[in-house]
Amino acid sequence: MLSLFAAPHSHVPRRMPQVMRQVMFAMLPGIIGLTIAFGPGILVNLLLSMVTALLTEAWILRLRHRPVGKTLTDGSAVVTGMLLAVALPAIAPWWIPVLGTFFAVAVTKQLFGGLGQNPFNPAMAAYAFLLISFPLEMSLWPQPFEWHIAGFSWYETADAVTGATPLDAFRHKGMLTAEEFWQQPQLLSPDMVLAWEWVALGWALGGVWLLWQRVIHWQAPVGMLSALSLLAAFFYGVDPSHYASPWFHWVSGATLLSAFFIVTDPVSGATSRLGQCFFGIGVGILVYVIRTWGNYPDAVAFAVLLMNFAAPTIDYYTRPRVHGHRKAQRGLKQKDSAP
Amino acid sequence: MTDYLLLLVSTILVNNFVLVQFLGLCPFMGVSNKLESAMGMSLATTFVLTLSSATSYWVYHALLAPLGLAYLKTISFIVVIAVVVQFTEMVVRKTSPLLYQVLGIFLPLITTNCAVLGVALLSLNKQQSFTQATLYGLGAGLGFSLVLVLFAAMRERITLADVPAPFKGASIAMMAAGLMSLAFMGFSGLVRF
Repeated sequence: MLSLFAAPHSHVPRRMPQVMRQVMFAMLPGIIGLTIAFGPGILVNLLLSMVTALLTEAWILRLRHRPVGKTLTDGSAVVTGMLLAVALPAIAPWWIPVLGTFFAVAVTKQLFGGLGQNPFNPAMAAYAFLLISFPLEMSLWPQPFEWHIAGFSWYETADAVTGATPLDAFRHKGMLTAEEFWQQPQLLSPDMVLAWEWVALGWALGGVWLLWQRVIHWQAPVGMLSALSLLAAFFYGVDPSHYASPWFHWVSGATLLSAFFIVTDPVSGATSRLGQCFFGIGVGILVYVIRTWGNYPDAVAFAVLLMNFAAPTIDYYTRPRVHGHRKAQRGLKQKDSAP
Repeated sequence: MTDYLLLLVSTILVNNFVLVQFLGLCPFMGVSNKLESAMGMSLATTFVLTLSSATSYWVYHALLAPLGLAYLKTISFIVVIAVVVQFTEMVVRKTSPLLYQVLGIFLPLITTNCAVLGVALLSLNKQQSFTQATLYGLGAGLGFSLVLVLFAAMRERITLADVPAPFKGASIAMMAAGLMSLAFMGFSGLVRF
């Protein structure tokens, strides 16, 4: 690379590897929360995912005759692996994180051209892929704060040590009203709710730190969380005995993880600030709709994928006006090079 | 009223003709290279779908059923669709010669878009009323348009990406379409129809 650049020079304080290190650092509180609540299985998943991510990336880069060392050390593959691993249940069999990370890196990222060119978020695409292919393995979470009794044996998961996540339990409350549901600890143990609240707090801490460090921008998280809260508050206000409260939507499932670490993805999301705001709002609405009326308990992966799908169109309509032009330019300038 | 709204949501999102029922893939792949032509194509297809669904309903219930010729339904639907497409082609040619040029061969090819025949036959199978059949066609068209336009915008972006040589062009578009179909599975169960 030539280091000769023309006039408008701007100081770039951070490079790719440093941004990725900051994201990893910001994930620590959430990972600690998950480990305390659900046991060291989450660390095993993390390790498996990170190693698989690096191996897959290296393999594909070698196949493509690209420089392996430089791309591996930028840390983006590791972050993809970590984001997937923290979304997986702690007692998932070993091949779940391995298969998922392989799918994320090989299919969703490298096949579309590698870093900076993937139209879909790799971690979320892999999560959706795993959820559809292995729904049972993906929905077994260990009972929180009891992992020291059961250990983290993924090959013998007794029903006694597993429990439904809050969102899953609430979805399957059947004919019960919300008030009756909260009275019954065998449906959803208070420990489970508490554990998820601590995990959510961890993600929020990391996310606020990222915002403070200006690694991410506020538009997408604020758009997502406010859309989700508004919808939840509206339906909760209309019928509190059938719909979950906004607080419940915030602290259960992957809401805060995705608000700070997933929808802020600069690659698969929208580009302009206004576009990011729309992107976040879309994710928030879809999360609420699919969580409340859909088949899948946590809708974050699908909502993010659907909005990834819509992101190029959002970009098309929210392209900022270039200085010196009267109107914003739309679409590609050059002729299409498709066969 | 709610029923009609749910029917629309169901055909646009939950049972999207392209990404969930895998009908009409040919124009989905063929016309999604550029956003402008994709918009034109989606308008034309929506128009054809709505009109042909409504017409097929009348052809079946006013002509075929009373005469006891129900076994001719497939072939007569094809004729109806061909007529509607020919009509649309003439309208587009007169009103927007540019769009006519851009769409090219794909405009007459709407005839062979299996989603159009699929809508007519599925609507018959579901024993829908006239309003439902029309809305079903409209919903199918809107769902097709939504997916086609979003996909075209995405393909414009993928064109610029550094895709591995064996996957350039149509194959990476297929991969992207597969991932989209994965995303659309998230809507399953939203409306039970």
